[in-house]
Amino acid sequence: MAIETPSAPISHTGLRILGMRCRNCGAEQPIGLDYVCPACFGPLEVAYDYAVIGASLTRETITARAPGIWRYAELLPVDAPPARGLPVGSTPLLLADRLAPTLGLDRLWIKDDTRNPSLSFKDRAVAVAAARALEFGVEALACASTGNLAGATAAAAAAVGLPAYVFIPADLEPAKVDHALAYGATVVPIEGTYDDVNRLCLEVADETGWGFVNINLRPFYAEGSKTLAYEIAESLGWRSPDVVVAPVASGAMFTRVARGFEELADLGLIDRRPIRFVGGQAAGCAPVATAWAAGTDVIEPVRTPDTIVRSLAIGNPADGRYVVELVNETKGSLEAIEDEITAAAIRDVARLEGIYPETAGGVTLAAAAAARRRGVIRPDDEVVALLTGNGLKTPDARSLGHGDGIARPGQPGLAPAIRPSLTAFERWLDGSAS
Amino acid sequence: MSTVRIPPTLRTSTGGEKRVDVPGDTVRAVVAALVVAHPGLEAQLLGQDGDLNAFVNAFLNDTDIRHLQGLDTPVTDRDTLSLLPAMAGG
Repeated sequence: MAIETPSAPISHTGLRILGMRCRNCGAEQPIGLDYVCPACFGPLEVAYDYAVIGASLTRETITARAPGIWRYAELLPVDAPPARGLPVGSTPLLLADRLAPTLGLDRLWIKDDTRNPSLSFKDRAVAVAAARALEFGVEALACASTGNLAGATAAAAAAVGLPAYVFIPADLEPAKVDHALAYGATVVPIEGTYDDVNRLCLEVADETGWGFVNINLRPFYAEGSKTLAYEIAESLGWRSPDVVVAPVASGAMFTRVARGFEELADLGLIDRRPIRFVGGQAAGCAPVATAWAAGTDVIEPVRTPDTIVRSLAIGNPADGRYVVELVNETKGSLEAIEDEITAAAIRDVARLEGIYPETAGGVTLAAAAAARRRGVIRPDDEVVALLTGNGLKTPDARSLGHGDGIARPGQPGLAPAIRPSLTAFERWLDGSAS
Repeated sequence: MSTVRIPPTLRTSTGGEKRVDVPGDTVRAVVAALVVAHPGLEAQLLGQDGDLNAFVNAFLNDTDIRHLQGLDTPVTDRDTLSLLPAMAGG
């Protein structure tokens, strides 16, 4: 499938991408499949020359372009938008004024990323990783996934014509497994937790040379999440909100959204205003929220996550310390949400706004309510909540993980089957009304 | 001797070796022996306090040593220690 190419070409007046730089020690490296600093083992990130970017990138340039993440191509770590790929991004920012009062909020926007090509925000990260993977000439696209990434990697691989290998915990939700299979991926279930899957994939990536989007392509992959911030700012009329609420798994997306707003302010595309960052984790796997509450940035890994929120069930989150740092610097909070509250939040947003998120979305909305009760979110604040995946991926969540998510007689809202006659219908309607 | 699996980023310090056999009865002792055998690894693996760098995760027979007894976890000749970058997120 061909993507829409930006109508205004990106500028090549200078070297926009400088290379890779270690987040920990600052050592520099050329662009490549290396993802770990050879000096200190820290994570490598892409380094840009913002003077070069700022010389040509304006609001007008961006708004003149076609929808999708590549309208911000100068701020993404590719030389040029790829010739092939899925149409990702430019998802709507919706005013949730029926839901807002139930969370104690005055003004709530929902960034509806349930409607990307594979139904989660992961399409953003994978699109960037896949573009780089093609440039590097890898044999296959692969990932270690809690579910959403499985579908995103499988879909992107299909779109660019690479085989996909998707590694998942063996007990993952069936809907997510089937989703990846549908795109023709090879799914490899691993008997263990997500962290076991991830550890194995680190070793597999080293030995196979496959392009693991969240391992050896991670420096590029992580950058894709910045587009959430760009789109939110553009949708708000080139400004930032008071509060951003987002789920925290590895912490990569959470911290990159913050960086996206920073970049826009650095480039003068928005005014620099403080943004409080609120993160949500599932109480059954909340290593980052636990560390924050204890006043430390040392993350104690959770060995055995116990939650319906599989998409956030990372016990050993790589960017946890950076999440704690960001939350402290911005006077935000990290909220650990019980599964019952998550399930109720999913029902509420679906019932009141017509948006059906997967479990991480329930965590996010519940985290917004918790941060309001804590006083981190204040009356009159403008809040943006990121709903990062679609509820069709986690059909068992509304019933708290019991059963298979298939509606059966007796479920609230589901009428008994009736004969196709008006009389039968009227009898049922009278009965249900009384 | 226990076996230490060396990831590609560290292999420049081990002369390209993927596996290195070193003595030691705890993870701490094994890492210390490894660094003596291949001094180039010290800056990559160890902080000034002598503990593993924050970005190094160690796995004994595929279990994170933080779920065991950390650097004090006992090691036998049949064990394999893997050193991997702290990197997780799906």
